[in-house]
This record gives sequence, C-alpha cells and structure tokens, in this order.
Amino acid sequence: MNLKKLSMHPDLDCFAPASEAEKEYMVQMRPSSTFFKDGVKRLMKNKIAVISFFVIVIITLCSIILPMFWPYKYDQMLGVRPGRPVNSSYNNLAPFEYGEKELERMAEGEKIFPHIFGTDAQGRDYFIRVVYGARISLAVGFFASLIVLVIGLTVGSISGYCGGKVDIVIMRIVDIIYSLPDMLMVILLSTVLKEVLAPLIAGTVLEKLGVNMISLFIVFGLLYWVSMSRQIRGQILSLREQEYVLAAQATGARGKWIIMKHLLPNCISVVVISTALQIPSAIFTESYLSFLGLGVNAPMPSLGSLASDALNGMNSYPYRLVIPAIVISLIVLSLNLFGDGLRDAFDPKLNG
Amino acid sequence: MNSKTLMYVLKRILLAALTVWVVITITFFVSHAVPGGPFTGEKAISAAAQAALEAKYGLDKPLMEQYFTYLSDVVTKFDFGPSLKQRGQDVNDIISRGLSVSIKLGLSAAAIAAVCGIVMGAVAALKRNSVLDRCIMVFSTACVSMPSFIMGSFLLLIFSLKLGLLPANGTTAAGLILPVITLSLSPMANITRLTRSSMLDVLGQDYIRTAKAKGVSGMKIVFKHALKNALIPVITYVGPMLAYIVTGSLVVEKIFAVNGIGRAFVGSITDRDYPLIMGTTIVLASLIVIMNLVSDILYKVVDPRINLE
Repeated sequence: MNLKKLSMHPDLDCFAPASEAEKEYMVQMRPSSTFFKDGVKRLMKNKIAVISFFVIVIITLCSIILPMFWPYKYDQMLGVRPGRPVNSSYNNLAPFEYGEKELERMAEGEKIFPHIFGTDAQGRDYFIRVVYGARISLAVGFFASLIVLVIGLTVGSISGYCGGKVDIVIMRIVDIIYSLPDMLMVILLSTVLKEVLAPLIAGTVLEKLGVNMISLFIVFGLLYWVSMSRQIRGQILSLREQEYVLAAQATGARGKWIIMKHLLPNCISVVVISTALQIPSAIFTESYLSFLGLGVNAPMPSLGSLASDALNGMNSYPYRLVIPAIVISLIVLSLNLFGDGLRDAFDPKLNG
Repeated sequence: MNSKTLMYVLKRILLAALTVWVVITITFFVSHAVPGGPFTGEKAISAAAQAALEAKYGLDKPLMEQYFTYLSDVVTKFDFGPSLKQRGQDVNDIISRGLSVSIKLGLSAAAIAAVCGIVMGAVAALKRNSVLDRCIMVFSTACVSMPSFIMGSFLLLIFSLKLGLLPANGTTAAGLILPVITLSLSPMANITRLTRSSMLDVLGQDYIRTAKAKGVSGMKIVFKHALKNALIPVITYVGPMLAYIVTGSLVVEKIFAVNGIGRAFVGSITDRDYPLIMGTTIVLASLIVIMNLVSDILYKVVDPRINLE
C-alpha cells in the first residue's frame, strides 16, 4: 500500500491482473432478460390473468373445433325433413330430451347424440347455437379490434410524427369524434347502413357475412379508433422527449436504432394493452346491438341475439337466457381481467 | 375563476356546441341517405299521393334546403317536425312524453349508483384487504362485466317471474324498481372502484397522517379530510355515467316495457320513423354532451391543482 498520500505515482496494485475470485464475480450467471420476457414473467405470476387467459383459450378453441364434428348444424331445424310436414316434437326440447323420430331410432338400439342444452323454438340444437354465438362474438371482437388498431395506429403515428398543423387538424377531428355519444351513433349508423348496403353487396361474398356485420365493422372503423390514436400519439410525443432517447443520440445511435430499440417496444406495450381491452368492449357493443335487433343476421346466432330471443320464453325456458348470458359474461370478464393483467405486466410506468 | 379557467370553459363550451352541430348534421344526412324515402313502405301508394305527401313534409325540396330548414327549426324553435309513422303526433310530443318517464328512471338510478357506490368504495378502502373489501371488489367486477340487458333479464327472471315479488311491467311506480336497479348496478360498480382507488390514494397522503397525529377522531378524518378529496376524481365519471344510463335505458325500457324515450327510440328504429330517430338521437346526444361538459368543467373548477391543458 502506498502510504504517501500526496504522491502522484500511480498505485501499481490497481493494475494487477484480476484474481480468479474477482473474475468469477463478472461471469454472467444468466442471460439478461428482455422487456418481453420480463413482462411474461410478471404476467405468469398474476394468477387471475393466467386463469382468464386459459378460459379465453378454452372458449376460443371450443368455438372453433366443436362445430367441425358436432352432428347438428346451427341453422338445421331438426323437425323439418324435405317433403314431410314439420315435426313439432323437436321444438322446445328440454336438455337431454329427444324428438319423436329420434326416440324411435333409439328404441331400435341406435345411439343418438344428445341435445345437451335442448333445442330452441324452431327445433335447432341449442348447444351448437351457443357455441356458434360465442364464435361470432369472439370473431367480431377480434376483427373489430384489429380494424381499430390499424386505423388508430396509422392516424396516431402520423399525428405524432408530423406534428404541427397536421397534428392540430387531426386532433380536433379526434376531439369531436371522441365527444360524440358513441352508442347512439352506432345505432343510427347501423340502422341506416343496413338499408344502404343491402343492395350494394347482394350476390357478392360479403352477402354471406351479413349486412349488419359489415355495418358493425364500418361503424367500429369510423368511431372507435380515436382513443387508440390519442394514446399512440401521446406515447410517441412523450417518448421522443425522453432522456434515454437523448442519451442514445449522445452516444451516437442512429434514428433507425432509436426507433427500433427505444420507441417501438415502448409503444407496443400500449398498443397491445389497448387492443386487448378493446376486444371485450367490441363484444359488448355487438351483443348490445344484437339484443336490439341490429346485430348479426338470422339465422346466424350471436350471444346477444340468443339472449334476446330467449326473452320471449323466459318463464318456461329460463336456461336459454342463462346459458348465453353466462358465456358472454365469462368472455367479457376474462378478457377484461387478462387485459388488466397485461397492463400491470407490460406498462413500464407502473413497474416502479 | 381566473382567466385561464375562463378560457378553458369557453373552449369546452365551443367544442360542445360544435359536437352538437356535428351530431345534427350526421343524423340528418345519414337518415336521408336511406334509399326509397320514408313513404315507400309495404303498402303501395300512387305516385300522386306520394308526391302530395312529400310536398306536405317538404321532402321535394333540394337536400341542402331541407337541411338548413331542419337545422334552423331545431336550433331556434327546438322543433323536430312531425312523426311519419305515428300520425298526427309531433316528434316533440313523443320525446317530451318519453323524457318525463326516462328522466325519473335515470335520475333515480344515478342517485342510487352515486350513494351506494361512494359508500361501498369508501368502506372497501378503509377496510382494505379485508374480507369485506374482497367481496365488494368481486361484486363490482361482476357488475362491470355483465351487459345491462343480461342484468335486466336476470333480475326480471328472478324477482318477478320466479319469486313474484315485483311487477315485470314498468308502467307502474313499483314496476320502476327493477329497471332502476338494473340501470344503477354498472355505474355503481364503477363508482365503487373509482372511490376505492382515490380514497386509498388520499389515505396515504401526509395531511391524513398529520390529522391523525393531531388526534383528530377517525370519523372526522374520514368525512372531513379523506372523503372530500377522494370524491374529486369521481366527478369525472358523471358524464360517462349519464352516457351509460342513456344507452342502458334503451334496452332496459325494452325489457321492462317502460314507456320512456329509449323505447320510443327502439320503436322508431324498427318502424324506420326517421324524424323520430333523428329527434331522439339529437336530444339524447345533446344531453350526453352537455353532461360531459358540466362534469369536465366542474372537475377543473373544484380542484385548482388540476392542470388546464
């Protein structure tokens, strides 16, 4: 040890090669975690979010796979056979009951696939209708959010990057659309679009999808992108001013690197979270419109229209209301909880 | 009120007026984009009769002229013209008749939601992480994720069809109980969550600790120091709550057969009674826009700490 405090001689001890113990200290014990891995780890710790994720996956898989091998079709009226009078014994069956012909065939030893939830007033297997309804609701939620995402991302990033006059004009439009009462506009637009679109799409592939469905998507594309674009604009504006962007610039990082490594990952978490939370609200809107008779076209079922149809026979067949109600609440609840979990796990502001 | 606040208020009023104008314009042109016009119904009428009808309602004039007539009627005289399907009735009459019922319904629902929500939220925050807190949070989460029409149908099924406690028909006073509860549940849950989180925030503030250190009684801390400040963010929810109640009342009035404006609106959609659709949309939309405006301004005025812009 050099005891001469004022000596300008360098302390040679400082330049000795590192000992084995010191080297060990520097060894990387495990690869450094990425932002995504970190988030997933936090998400996996959140039991509620994991459970909701599995609920969503199970419902989605069921709604895709079950109709493939189910012996009944969603629009197949079991009592109706070509060239014969309608057999009303198939209508309004209670769960696990069978129609006349089916009972005869069972007496002969044939195995008939049970109607787990019975049939509806027109003799259609109710279970497959609920499955189909869930499928439609999920699909509407997913695609509507996708539309919202694309429009919101485009407009928001244009507004954020360009700034200046473009930004001001876009943001005033956003302000007005944002303060429009969305549900009333949705109802008005889908009422009218239904009439306008019907002759336009007759005979095309789109007709199969149904006018109501298309007008629903148009309405979503017109109205619901505003909050997404606001968030993305705000995110880009604030990210551009962050110290770490300045630090990256100071260390000589190029624009591409900053965008790829700093701006985009931070934007993506906001985008993913708000898309995830958009899905349940789209499902909500779809079921609401279906309930008012403005949703998907009959005979295609959606959870909202199933509940609406069930209202008429509610006293005799309450389960027909309860089943779609439970499914829709389960979907919306688990999507909401999963979205909340995503936000907690991926929102960098809350990490602390 | 300083000049900055005044500027903000003026700006918001301008935006609200602009929004109402946009709503009127959109509703007008969207309704007139429907092919065929209002008189091409199931019953075929002669060309002369149709021309006479169109002349009577001013539908033969150019679209822009019709638009300006409509706009000036609505803005200056608050007149939405006659209903096309309910003969001899003005849209104004139908709306004001419906509104008198719906306002009763909506206000009671809002009052119940506010009172119960604030109480439950405050209790949950004070008894944080207790069983009671958990129960309240589970209940409010369940209420938020259930669409209003499902909640209404369930209540109808349980309380009037199965138990027979309350009438299913919403035309009497007792019959309004279920619709009011249905409408209030979801806003109540939202208010509970809002109050709880802002109350927790306030309870962690220094001035609460100061009050405790000074020996202020628990009750006084809760009511005078904590709750008063915790309720400020709840004001922002007034606007969205009204929007929810308005849209919720459309289905709730359908389920319980309440003769309110929501039912008139749903009926006008199925009847394609365009003047009525336009009238109700404009009235309800203006109501929502105005309430949003009021709650936003109130929020900024009540709490001077809030940064305008």
